[in-house]
Amino acid sequence: MIDDDAVVTVRDVHYAIGTHVIFKGLNVQVRRGAITAVMGPSGTGKTTLLRLIMGQVVAKRGTVRVFGENVARLKRRELYRLRQRVGLLFQSGALLTDLSVFENVAFPLREHAHLPEPVLRELVLMKLQAVGLRGAADMVPAELSGGMARRVALARAIVMDPEVLIYDEPFVGLDPISMGVIVRLIQSLNRLLGITTIVVSHDVREIGAIANYSYLLSEGEVVAEGTPAELNAERKGVVRQFMSGTPDGPVPFHYPARDYFEQLLERPGT
Amino acid sequence: MRAADRVGALLQHRWKALDALAKIGAVSLFLLRLLGQCIPCLARPWLVVQQIYNAGARSLVIITLSGLFVGMVLGLQGYDLLQRFGSESAVGVVAALGLIKELGPVLTALLFAGRAGTALCSEIGLMAATDQLAAMEMMAVDPVRHVVAPRFLGGIIAVPLLAAIFNCIGIYGAQLIGVTMMGIQSGTFWSQMQNAVQLRDVNEGLIKSVAFGAACSLLAVYEGYHAEPTAEGVGLATTRTVVSSAVLVLLLDYILTAAFL
Repeated sequence: MIDDDAVVTVRDVHYAIGTHVIFKGLNVQVRRGAITAVMGPSGTGKTTLLRLIMGQVVAKRGTVRVFGENVARLKRRELYRLRQRVGLLFQSGALLTDLSVFENVAFPLREHAHLPEPVLRELVLMKLQAVGLRGAADMVPAELSGGMARRVALARAIVMDPEVLIYDEPFVGLDPISMGVIVRLIQSLNRLLGITTIVVSHDVREIGAIANYSYLLSEGEVVAEGTPAELNAERKGVVRQFMSGTPDGPVPFHYPARDYFEQLLERPGT
Repeated sequence: MRAADRVGALLQHRWKALDALAKIGAVSLFLLRLLGQCIPCLARPWLVVQQIYNAGARSLVIITLSGLFVGMVLGLQGYDLLQRFGSESAVGVVAALGLIKELGPVLTALLFAGRAGTALCSEIGLMAATDQLAAMEMMAVDPVRHVVAPRFLGGIIAVPLLAAIFNCIGIYGAQLIGVTMMGIQSGTFWSQMQNAVQLRDVNEGLIKSVAFGAACSLLAVYEGYHAEPTAEGVGLATTRTVVSSAVLVLLLDYILTAAFL
């Protein structure tokens, strides 16, 4: 990959929560205008990677650069300025429950852009139209289905016209129709608006169809990277297990434990 | 072995004391951060007004009812005691001073902590648990400015207003017992009260209720903001809010009463 073209660069990042090591020398690059997928089994720190990129947590060692700026060194105000250029779609949608759908999407505009009400209304309606939920503008989050909530959150994430859009597990818990809608939206937003896209997911099939480049994380580091086709052709055990969804393999089905029979035969309290 | 146990127990006490100190430090730091956001949050005054409504107007029923009964009890007890000395006409004075200086601010604050403080705490805790606060951070909006500060200011404004209403209703309750039931002359009841209650008494009550409002709101928003993002975590934080608010209000009451004497 060409370094100059990188919007996000994660270099040799080490991160741990207490004694639990999450990353040990992670390297990831996100190219401008591309859809980059970050995949990996649950608990490999995919969401932590997003939090590192957004400056919510700081790496113990290594650097995370977004638009060339070292995120860990930024002051709160600078970090907030950077975050205005990056949209993040939470797994849960994270809509503000006391506001209507319209006000949720209008929220970042009201906070950061001092626009006249008619302009703001037009912008919000345009974004809601883009995700197909203009008709739900007056509803409240409690009335929305999971897929609808995620689409509203997507409208909110793009309302400030971000340069980078990050999706955290966008397909989890969605029915096939909603999943198809989200896949199409990710693709069209990337293509039409030229938004650099990072998708964190473990839905290999959906993400494989749209990603330009993928990273597969396991045990704190990148175990494979490349185009979806390259990843599919990879012979490494853990990659093959993940891509084909086999329950047992290098990533074991059983969490490490003592001998099964020994534990069954043991009398409690001895 | 015994000596070692004793040392262990002593160390444990020390750790508990250190924990308490650390918490006081954390609350103070949070207060500083909160105070820094109080002026910026006024750029959106309707957020504060909404919180005054939520914490204040919605507590009116419990405050008026409690005020009425407390006033009536004061009237009964005051009459019973004062008639032994033949000065039952001073019931109004006893009720008014008792309410304005002490019972009004303290009971309002305790009721506020139970009714509005718990709501504040669990609301903020649930917002954190459902990633709403994190989403604000990601949208470059400081949740302390947008969510916490308006609730804190709303509480500080609401408690003195509620205490004033509590006092008025309480005095009415005392009048109901003293004048209507026990037959004290209305003119005597009110004129003695007017003569006895000074502006400094009202000020004392006002300052107390502002301090209690600040204390209760601070603890509620602190506990909510730092609650563990689980159902159990939010529940525990709500309990801690009520318990620590009650203790802090009574402690502050002693300090302020001593300061005003």
